[in-house]
Amino acid sequence: MKKDAKVSPKELVILGIMAAVFIFINFWFPSQANNVYSVSLDYLQEMALIIPPVFILMGLFDVWVPKSFIQKYMGKEAGFKGILLAFVFGTIPTGPVYIAFPIAAAMLKKGARLMNITIFLGTWAAAKLPQLMIELKFLGASFTTLRFVLTVLSVIIIGFLVELIMLKKQEQATTSNISEINK
Amino acid sequence: MELILIYSFLIIGLAISIYKDRDKTKKAFFIGGKILVKMLPSLLIIVGLVGLLLGFVPPDTIGFYLGKDAGFIGTILAATVGAITFIPSIVSIPLAGSLLRSGAAVMTIATFITTLTMVGTVTAPLEIRELGVKFTLLRNLLSFTFALLIGLVMGVILI
Repeated sequence: MKKDAKVSPKELVILGIMAAVFIFINFWFPSQANNVYSVSLDYLQEMALIIPPVFILMGLFDVWVPKSFIQKYMGKEAGFKGILLAFVFGTIPTGPVYIAFPIAAAMLKKGARLMNITIFLGTWAAAKLPQLMIELKFLGASFTTLRFVLTVLSVIIIGFLVELIMLKKQEQATTSNISEINK
Repeated sequence: MELILIYSFLIIGLAISIYKDRDKTKKAFFIGGKILVKMLPSLLIIVGLVGLLLGFVPPDTIGFYLGKDAGFIGTILAATVGAITFIPSIVSIPLAGSLLRSGAAVMTIATFITTLTMVGTVTAPLEIRELGVKFTLLRNLLSFTFALLIGLVMGVILI
């Protein structure tokens, strides 16, 4: 896993183009330009308010709940505790979801249930805490709460279905694989 | 109101962290700063995009394609765009928020955010490599279906 904090050159180029566009619209579309500027400025202010808590919390999570910690504890627990743990570990991290794939694969090898792994991936993707905070700010409390509750329910059902279908397929293929997964 | 909630969450987390370990807290600030620097260009790009979008495209047009009258087709469109693109949520959620305020339907926006985060076409090769084709296909297809359901329920409840 590469872990460089470099800004990608591609993004800087796009940003440069964006800056140029912002200058040019002043001449080409003077009537709309002011509107664009004021919307962007409002937006920048809103962003500036949300950035400190989100990024400081990302740092705190990274320091207190490192990926190795998640790997160590996930997969050990079964039953309700396992589901809960998958859920908690899914909401805490901060990285993009592809970071979670190798963790999930390692958990599977260690004998974690497919259902818990799917829940872990689903919450990591759609219900991370820093993401929820941004959602709270830009989409409001009722939207965020409702989407969170529905997402949690969906992720649990998806986990259940994935396990059900995958195990059925395994059953048809070989019987040895079942014990592998149920371990 | 939302900001008070968010900042109280931060203060509690920070207080616990400082109490437990000062050095680790310092490191957390450093790491957070590093992530911010890395994401700053895309944040500024989205600020610009939102300004251009709302400055040039009238709310009526947004409402026409993504609003209530666009119906389920608008939602399916947003779901598909969400599924095939890979935009970090810190960038996409503010965009979704401004679309919502400009007349897009709750159903469409909720579906968009959910497929954007839960369904990953761009990341599918990585997922297949780590967890297999069957699992990846199954998880993503189910997530897409449930994203539409989530959007539908939210569209009915929140008007």
